[in-house]
Amino acid sequence: MTTGKFLITAAAGACSLVLLGAAGPALKETTMTSTLTQSPQAPASDAIRPFQFHASDEALADLRRRIAATQWPDKETVADATQGVQLATMQKLARYWVTGYDWRKVEARLNALPQFITQIDGLDIHFIHVRSKHKNAMPMIITHGWPGSIVEQMKVIGPLTDPTAYGGRAEDAFDVVIPSMPGYGFSGKPTTTGWGPPRIARAWAVLMNRLGYTRYVAQGGDWGAVVTEQMGLQAPPGLLGIHVNMPGIFPAEIDGAAFSGAPTPSGLSDDEKVAYERLRFVYQKGIAYGFQMGLRPQTLYGIADSPVGLAAYFLDHDARSYELIARVFDGQSEGLTRDDILDNITITWLTNTALSGARLYWEYWGKGYFNSKGVSIPVAVSVFPDELYPAPRSWTERAFPKLIYYNKLPKGGHFAAWEQPQLLTEDLRAGFRSLRSTQGATH
Amino acid sequence: MTMLACCLALFAVSTLNDMTMTGTVTQTATQAPMASEAIRPFRVQVPQAALDDLRRRIAATRWPDKETVPDQSQGAQLARLQALVQYWGSGYDWRKAEAKLNALPQFVTNIDGVDIHFIQVTSKEKNALPVLITHGWPGSVFEFLGTIGPLTDPAAHGGTAADAFDVVIPSIPGYGLSGRPTAAGWGPEHVARVWAELMRRLGYTHYVAQGGDWGAPISTELARQAPPGLLGIHLNLPATVPPEVTAALVSGSPQPAGLSEQELAVFNALRKYGMSGSSSYFAMLTARPQAMGYSLNDSPVGMAAFMLVHPGFAKWTYGDEDATKTPTRDQVLDDFTLYWLTNTSTSAGRLYWENVGRNPTQSAAWKTTELTLPVAITVFPEDVYRPPESWARRAYKNLIYFHEVDRGGHFAAWEQPELFAAELRAAFKPLRASNQAGQ
Repeated sequence: MTTGKFLITAAAGACSLVLLGAAGPALKETTMTSTLTQSPQAPASDAIRPFQFHASDEALADLRRRIAATQWPDKETVADATQGVQLATMQKLARYWVTGYDWRKVEARLNALPQFITQIDGLDIHFIHVRSKHKNAMPMIITHGWPGSIVEQMKVIGPLTDPTAYGGRAEDAFDVVIPSMPGYGFSGKPTTTGWGPPRIARAWAVLMNRLGYTRYVAQGGDWGAVVTEQMGLQAPPGLLGIHVNMPGIFPAEIDGAAFSGAPTPSGLSDDEKVAYERLRFVYQKGIAYGFQMGLRPQTLYGIADSPVGLAAYFLDHDARSYELIARVFDGQSEGLTRDDILDNITITWLTNTALSGARLYWEYWGKGYFNSKGVSIPVAVSVFPDELYPAPRSWTERAFPKLIYYNKLPKGGHFAAWEQPQLLTEDLRAGFRSLRSTQGATH
Repeated sequence: MTMLACCLALFAVSTLNDMTMTGTVTQTATQAPMASEAIRPFRVQVPQAALDDLRRRIAATRWPDKETVPDQSQGAQLARLQALVQYWGSGYDWRKAEAKLNALPQFVTNIDGVDIHFIQVTSKEKNALPVLITHGWPGSVFEFLGTIGPLTDPAAHGGTAADAFDVVIPSIPGYGLSGRPTAAGWGPEHVARVWAELMRRLGYTHYVAQGGDWGAPISTELARQAPPGLLGIHLNLPATVPPEVTAALVSGSPQPAGLSEQELAVFNALRKYGMSGSSSYFAMLTARPQAMGYSLNDSPVGMAAFMLVHPGFAKWTYGDEDATKTPTRDQVLDDFTLYWLTNTSTSAGRLYWENVGRNPTQSAAWKTTELTLPVAITVFPEDVYRPPESWARRAYKNLIYFHEVDRGGHFAAWEQPELFAAELRAAFKPLRASNQAGQ
């Protein structure tokens, strides 16, 4: 059973890509996991092929069937979210997923964007690439996180590439490159180990060079921040600076203390205390999913097989984003919409990438997400109040000796580009402005 | 003892049209209302539709791609799991499991608002010692079926009549055929109180308790509460790790000074275990049982894969090396299928949340030094750790028995039912004497 189909028309010679989904109804087909099949005429290794995605009607019908047939657990035995995603929220989500949600809408919006695939380091890398009409636009590669996808970044494409249409100035324009991480969405799924953030960062530099960019910047939150900071560490030629909205700033001893659940160390400033206590909460109560995926990603067969299981697992990222999402399914309008949330889950479902995405945690297990890593190139940082922790200026300055921008935003959380595209866009314009003049000066 | 005939049917069905219809246990009592302390005979009868639905779901499994390593370091390997699941969806027969349960006297009684299911087999021998045996996760009463004969009828199993036990094997609240708590507050302490009430209700004035996995903390709490009649406990996952060793393991610092060679070996094994990832399920269920639960309750394969990550299955060969080695493939599937049909993955996982992260192996977490009742320990060498006798003596002031056997692992009764029974006979012999003396 084919659950999805990629159709690609390349400028130089037709080339087609077919995605065979794993939803075989018969057990005899069980070894038919998702695979990417390419046409016999393999393109040159650095070819960049246009890409579109069209889910099959069958795949969408199968998804609806599975949601409708969900076997539910009991309601949680508490009145809050302390045991995890609450039953009432999940049932509202499931009901809307089947009766109101339309995948074809986001599919059309994606296919209206220039999307491409190119092979790097043996793996197909999918990306959106939108060039600004403005001269001297600054190229920027933006990396999504977990549980995310390129869907997170769709709202910032317009404001970044076409600032004059969104209250900005022509000289603030960016060209944007938004790749799907290996194992995520429409990128290929690694079949061997080794695709951790350092390797992804190297692939991103190859991608930017392949696109002809010799001077560019990079941006990310969540895993996107980890990958972007790796780019900062590798400092490939042409990378002028980075912006992160989940900066790795904790000194090693503070990170270690929070991990072990130790009491707040003495001598911290008020901002540092808040950050420490929030990080300790993340380690103690909030990031069990990270331990699970970091240690045993292949445990999670259930989220490949159960749409509701996948959705619950994705909604449980962090307490504040879950609260936001729960409010959205209660009918409140803020930051995200029901469609936003389901677009991201559905893209993961249709590409059967829940486990290949989870493996990123395994690849980087024990290396630290939130700790200072020694990035010495220029760094801009946005601090959103509902992020896992609000990065204090003191530790941020210590972590990034070339801190060129630091701003605390009045609202927004972990999924900044998704929740607060306007604020993030303004911060990216402001954050990279100084690098832009450097760029102009050396031209 | 009031017995009212009653039949229980299980339904685990839900449709989008009726999303609130989660799996429910529906009772049809022929005589109602029942006295609150009534003990009702019980049989398992799963509707054919539930079995058909399970097979349908298994056949419709959407698989992830293969792990990117050649071993089980990322979790249950695709090929092995597919082979097991292929059998689950075609050759496996739940009706045989159901018949095994229904061949035993089973009952349900309501305690603290939750229906407690239990197997109770009374020995034909006089002066049999009642033993309350508690399973763990991802286990069930199925773990103990093989040891019931040796315990209740020792003369037929290489023992003597004087070694006989009456056995009571309950399903923990939220597990298997017991009811599922709808409010918080059902940690090991509460389960232990319920067990004491169960034994009182059954009329036992002298009894002992036994447990491994969750059964160990529950039995430990029972010993702490020391209800009238409890003579002592036997553990096969004792909490012996001393505080200074725990501290070194948690902080990652070097081993404490003064460890013997054997203690150092155990320390190193514990450190390795901590790094190995075998406990990732523990972290997840402790923190977010309800987030994990949706995929476990909705996907039979997801549930099986999650359970197979338990360290008790680390060396299990999925029945494909030695088909007679217990637990066999059928025995493990009996257990998994029970979780599936009763829709109890999430409610069972909640016990970890209730436990608030206390490590079952750590002495301080369970305040073992405060226990005064007699404690007996058997170490099965392939369990998650092999407590040295020195640590056991420090942890349990009234240790009446300590023995390391030569085979068996975490699921001791499942793996080595005869040996398990022999250990209980030996361990409780001194209490039996005092019991009889006291009568």
